[in-house]
Amino acid sequence: MAALTHPRRALSTNPLKSSAPLGAALAYLGIERAVPLFHGAQGCTAFGMVHLVRHFKEAIPLQTTAMNEITTILGGSDQLEQAIENLRKRASPKFIGIASTALTETRGEDVAGELREMLARRKDFAETKVVYAATPDFDGGLQDGWTKAVEAILSALVPVTPAPDPDLRQVTLLTGSHLTPAEIDELVRLIRAFGLNPLVLPDISTSLDGHLAEDWSGCSLGGTPIDRIADVTRSAFTLAVGEQMRGAAQIIEEKASVPYRVFPSLTGLKAVDAFVRVLMELSGTQTPPPSVERDRSRLADAMLDAHFFTGGLKVAIGADPDLMFALSTTLNQMGAEIVTAVTTSQHSPLIEKMPCDEVILGDLGDFERGAKAAGAQILLTNSYGRMAADALHLPFVRVGFPVFDRIGAQDACRVGYRGTRAFLFEIANAVQSVHHTPRPEDFGATPLPEEFSHVPHPASC
Amino acid sequence: MSEALKTKVAEVLNEPGCATNTAKSDGARKKGCTKQLTPGAAAGGCAFDGAMITLQPITDVAHLVHAPLACWGNGWDNRSSASSGSDLYRKGFTTDLSELDIVMGHGEKKLFRAIHEVIKEQSPAAVFVYATCVTALVGDDIEAVCKAATAKWGTPCIPVNVPGFVGSKNLGNKLGGEALLDHVIGTIEPETTTPYDINIIGDFNLSGEQWQVKPLLDKLGIRILGSISGDARYRQIAQMHRAKATMLVCSQALVNVARKMQERWGVPYFEGSFYGIADTSEALRKICGLLVEQGADIELLGRCEALIAEEEAKTWAALEPYRPRVAGKRVLLYTGGHKTWSVVAALQELGMEVVGTSMRKATQNDRARVVEIMGDASHMYENMAPREMYDALAAAKADVLLSGGRSQFVALKARMPWVDVNQEKHEPYAGYVGMVDLVRAIDRSVNNPIWAELRDPAPWETPLTGGVVLPAPKGACPVTNMKGAERAPTLLPQVAAAPLAAAAAPEAGLLDGLANSPTDFEDD
Repeated sequence: MAALTHPRRALSTNPLKSSAPLGAALAYLGIERAVPLFHGAQGCTAFGMVHLVRHFKEAIPLQTTAMNEITTILGGSDQLEQAIENLRKRASPKFIGIASTALTETRGEDVAGELREMLARRKDFAETKVVYAATPDFDGGLQDGWTKAVEAILSALVPVTPAPDPDLRQVTLLTGSHLTPAEIDELVRLIRAFGLNPLVLPDISTSLDGHLAEDWSGCSLGGTPIDRIADVTRSAFTLAVGEQMRGAAQIIEEKASVPYRVFPSLTGLKAVDAFVRVLMELSGTQTPPPSVERDRSRLADAMLDAHFFTGGLKVAIGADPDLMFALSTTLNQMGAEIVTAVTTSQHSPLIEKMPCDEVILGDLGDFERGAKAAGAQILLTNSYGRMAADALHLPFVRVGFPVFDRIGAQDACRVGYRGTRAFLFEIANAVQSVHHTPRPEDFGATPLPEEFSHVPHPASC
Repeated sequence: MSEALKTKVAEVLNEPGCATNTAKSDGARKKGCTKQLTPGAAAGGCAFDGAMITLQPITDVAHLVHAPLACWGNGWDNRSSASSGSDLYRKGFTTDLSELDIVMGHGEKKLFRAIHEVIKEQSPAAVFVYATCVTALVGDDIEAVCKAATAKWGTPCIPVNVPGFVGSKNLGNKLGGEALLDHVIGTIEPETTTPYDINIIGDFNLSGEQWQVKPLLDKLGIRILGSISGDARYRQIAQMHRAKATMLVCSQALVNVARKMQERWGVPYFEGSFYGIADTSEALRKICGLLVEQGADIELLGRCEALIAEEEAKTWAALEPYRPRVAGKRVLLYTGGHKTWSVVAALQELGMEVVGTSMRKATQNDRARVVEIMGDASHMYENMAPREMYDALAAAKADVLLSGGRSQFVALKARMPWVDVNQEKHEPYAGYVGMVDLVRAIDRSVNNPIWAELRDPAPWETPLTGGVVLPAPKGACPVTNMKGAERAPTLLPQVAAAPLAAAAAPEAGLLDGLANSPTDFEDD
């Protein structure tokens, strides 16, 4: 049980969080032929794009309404309309996801209303679905922006279906912002192993997985097909990964009475067991697929090997709430102690369920101070943690967003039995990477007298 | 935007030291050099980003961004300007304004407290305070806050009033320079001066580029007194008005600072570049020439010529082994300003063919240089849309692209070698040694064996023809239970000869039929 503390200070040192619009953009990139559009100044998009490119090592289609001071004060609906028109001309996207920024939110535009009016008037835009989410930078972080974008997509594109016609083999997989492309792949594989057919939303596993396409696109390179989104009403069940996806699952339930379950974490033996149990129920099978059985037994074995390194390990973690919760509970179940936890958003019920006393709503300055004071032995946070790792000389596992000083961030997989196994190895190996040979001085013993030492002979010939 | 800021923007946009500006008609000049951005088709950073580029390399100051999270949360620690001293400039300081701060108008108070905290915790040489769109929109007066903070705590607090929405990154570069002119330069007198003190303006020591040139200056006994802002200390900038000459490196960005320093303190300047062999030599000559004009001993000129002769010979000797590896390679340049021509001569000298060079941000002078070096203007282009560039590169109309990060994936996804020559690059290419490094980078890239492998077809793209037919296996398959007789005969392929490369038809040039793109998607 943890309490959330918000340090009373004016200065933020080394930000941990990425902005909410960035999270929305990332979710929009999980839709096929999408272009995310920031409603704000050009720089908001430029910084956001550089951030995404550094993480994914991919060209990122991200556009801007290019607001200046005058258009901000007068209102930006013309800019928005022009942007949609130009984007349609240049990249012919099937989907444009708009995210507002601090600039347009401070002015207080009624973007949703203006957009409705515009789309009613501009019949020529009909072939492009346009969705809007209000994501001011001054409220929450990347995870909150992602959540708002997914909810906006479902609110706009899923019809109210009073009498759904469910496909009993189809399940909806709502993916949270903390899942990497490889993690979505892993969950899809697990679901398919039970003979179920997952409909993934949003699906960055086909758009940001890092693949070489045959042609230049100008839009997202994959993602949930736009005309499949309404099919979430036909799923037998909604599997929501991450507490952040609860609202989205509820929207589907309200619109089409599809039952759901939220999995706050899919890392760790018990968490994956709970998921597998649901898959067994949904597929009506008592016998698990052999691959799943084998993966579980391998995870069990990995826990045996890893617990020597995780037992009593003092961990400092800094991440968005869902990721922080998933990794912290896993390590805690492996005997580790979470001594410092820093997160980016107060909007999560998981914070109070964290296996530590205190969660700080703060930055990497808090993270570094906390880790030092508590004698942390390992650091888990995004690449910006490299400064703290250098200063504290501690092993450092890069998790979350952004990871810009390593390649292959999209391939990190820490969910499911296999991903948990890899995560435990990763932690155990990071602990072992700091090599220390015991010395008598470590225990307060005096060193051996020098008179016993062999003196090398001078070279004789 | 405040009246003061408006006046400042108008003034900076009408720069008498800018060749493009002076060549304009009166009407065009009045409009300034802002171009209207197209919503949905814009690229590049904002003015705040530009101000940061100019100022962030100052190493021993705290850069404090007064903004909601995104401006700095998404942008800090993302440049490679190197420091020989403090690491303070790499830390990200922001007021991270919340909704409450903005709605309740707590911005100025929070900023004042944040300044106090950063001074207390970091004891910086100075605090640079950056305004951004939101804080400018709600009317926070950072100049007043900085004044009060300086008076209260004694550490200079420098307001950088360049909110993103005033314009482009380039405008931001200039306004960042104005902040130094208004508040820093000339505030400290140096303890000693020499006749060999110079300023370097417009070099940001990216990946240590300034240190590739510094040994040359060291050998000549020339001291870098002030630098904007590669590996600069605050005190250096405060004292740079006492230098004897200024070299302006990236002319378009900071010409206003060099010109005003000449007007206010009589420090003459020249525009030069350390990219390319001839340019490096030319820059050294001009530095020495100006110093001698300003009273340095005339023997400096002789020493300079001797150094140039020695270094040039050494460089060409170092480049010679690369000639057979890079000769004949076709290079496409998508850079801007002086880089449009400064490396061309050396690449051509090594037998490479420059098939196109973008004239983004190029002055009349730059254009003249391209024509001079390349014979005519047929290889100049303005901007290329990503789609067109992809098609040109995928059709192998060049062998390597030299550009910045924005076009990186256009090249790579077209299976085309790419060398980063802009700000994010991880390798320095300045001075004589830098040229060797650049050619080495080109060699390493174009001659990497992966390109041939990547361009070869996947196994299934070649039909299974000419194989040997195996008889159907006996019995049933243990996995599928399929009976041997039901199964189609298996084709055992023969290893086919590798497909012949398409005959090299006389191809159209890369720039033939190119429509100039209205959007400049590269960003440097």
